[in-house]
Amino acid sequence: MKTDSQESMLNANMARRSFLRYAGVGVASVGLLATAASCHKDHKITPTPPAGTIDLGASGDLAILNYAYALEQLEAAFYLQVTATPYSGITSSETTLLTDIRDHEVLHREFFKAALGAGAISSLTPDFSSINFSSRASVLAAAAAFEDTGVTAYDGAGYLITTPAYLTIAGKIVSVEARHAALIRDLITPGSFAGPDVVDTTNSLNASATIASVLKIANTYLKTKVTAVNYGYASV
Amino acid sequence: MNLFNIIEEIENVDPEVYGRISERRDVIKNITSFGSKVALAAMPFAVGAIFKKAYAQSSSTPSVVAILNYALTLEYLESTFYNAGAAKGTALIPGAAATNYFNQVTRDENNHVTFLKAVITSLGATPVSAPQFDLTAGNGSGAGPFADVLTNYSTFLAVAQVFEDTGVRAYKGQAENILANKAAAEGVKAGLYQTVLTAALSIHAVEARHASAIRSIRGLTPWITSTSTLGNDTGIALVNANFDGEQNVTQGGVDVTTLKSVAGSTTSVSIATAAFDEPLSMTQVLAILVGSFIVNK
Repeated sequence: MKTDSQESMLNANMARRSFLRYAGVGVASVGLLATAASCHKDHKITPTPPAGTIDLGASGDLAILNYAYALEQLEAAFYLQVTATPYSGITSSETTLLTDIRDHEVLHREFFKAALGAGAISSLTPDFSSINFSSRASVLAAAAAFEDTGVTAYDGAGYLITTPAYLTIAGKIVSVEARHAALIRDLITPGSFAGPDVVDTTNSLNASATIASVLKIANTYLKTKVTAVNYGYASV
Repeated sequence: MNLFNIIEEIENVDPEVYGRISERRDVIKNITSFGSKVALAAMPFAVGAIFKKAYAQSSSTPSVVAILNYALTLEYLESTFYNAGAAKGTALIPGAAATNYFNQVTRDENNHVTFLKAVITSLGATPVSAPQFDLTAGNGSGAGPFADVLTNYSTFLAVAQVFEDTGVRAYKGQAENILANKAAAEGVKAGLYQTVLTAALSIHAVEARHASAIRSIRGLTPWITSTSTLGNDTGIALVNANFDGEQNVTQGGVDVTTLKSVAGSTTSVSIATAAFDEPLSMTQVLAILVGSFIVNK
């Protein structure tokens, strides 16, 4: 635990420096995030999050980026496990694809960690006890759930973002998650890339979801529970 | 195409059209106020470069209706394309698996057209009508670089993939413009901003699902894997502009190749570019489509 927090502080400091070094969006980001972060630390937020959980904090862009960071942490941890202990009968093509996805999710995680700097929530400990990593069906079902949930999460939280550049960054990531989702679904059942459980068959809009409903699902895969008291999700 | 009739039509909804064309720099002062101009609602995509310049090169933020009509125009292109492909049946799209894929994509694009028209109408504006398309990218000649698009499955797949990837980029490029209209949208109706942005993001995600599936059929990675110098990973040099910018590795001021990966202390360009899709502006998209797939005579 100590090593984790030391490492995350080091990365946070480096990230802040790298943010400051760049012009434009980076500099503006530091200002905004630093303000939001200090608000989070200096002012008491009501209602108080339950003990033993991590809360996204005061409503605002920092909370939404931390929400994304939490989901990316979960996805990265999942695919790291998938590639470390491949399911039986995995093909070389599946290995390549799942390794690519792992690397994308790890980069998303590292990006948010860097972008949030000192404002980032801590590292989350996953709980994948419900997933049988030796079973293709179990792993791919979980992967599809993570990817589809990720898409609904970004689509559903986009409107809460106030900084234009962050909205575009969320957009840059969500379409990659949708690409992942379509691929995983096709690995499970060819032709299910835009199935009726995720894409409305009348208007062909992808489903979107609230922070509360997404965190409820995410928490079933987390030992460290995440709440969002200011977004209607105060207890797990 | 009768240009006079078109100008007359635009004049009906936009009395300042002549001023727009001659005074590009002064145009569209008011369009950021939501719903205040039907002008862009009637944005005439098919009528040529003069309009393209008059409207698209403005630095002003387009209104929500203008953005929706832009999206509708792109959906018209996709639905026209897939409907034409579906009409060819197994002569073009071989086998049950491929037919199943394209039936779903075709349904989605047709639904997007219907949905966007309904949204525009619900805002009290008029949906644009479909411009004239040339699916061969021949600007009306029917003999463009993709001349066999409806007779050769591999060409059909290539064009489908380019449309989907470009669509993803086009929607992404409008997110900030929709945000810029937030106050105006909320002034019209509480919750309208959330509705419009979420719908745009939701269509965006569906286009990405399509892109992923079609790229897989073509034997490409489901995600766009660029090099440091070339965004385009399709192997078709003709569509370089559709993918230009995908090689970007700087996100929010951070060069993401400097971030650690499983492999080590840095991240490869292929992973860095594939992990983030990049937007295209309205101007970029129109420059790509008008005069090739969208007929400009």
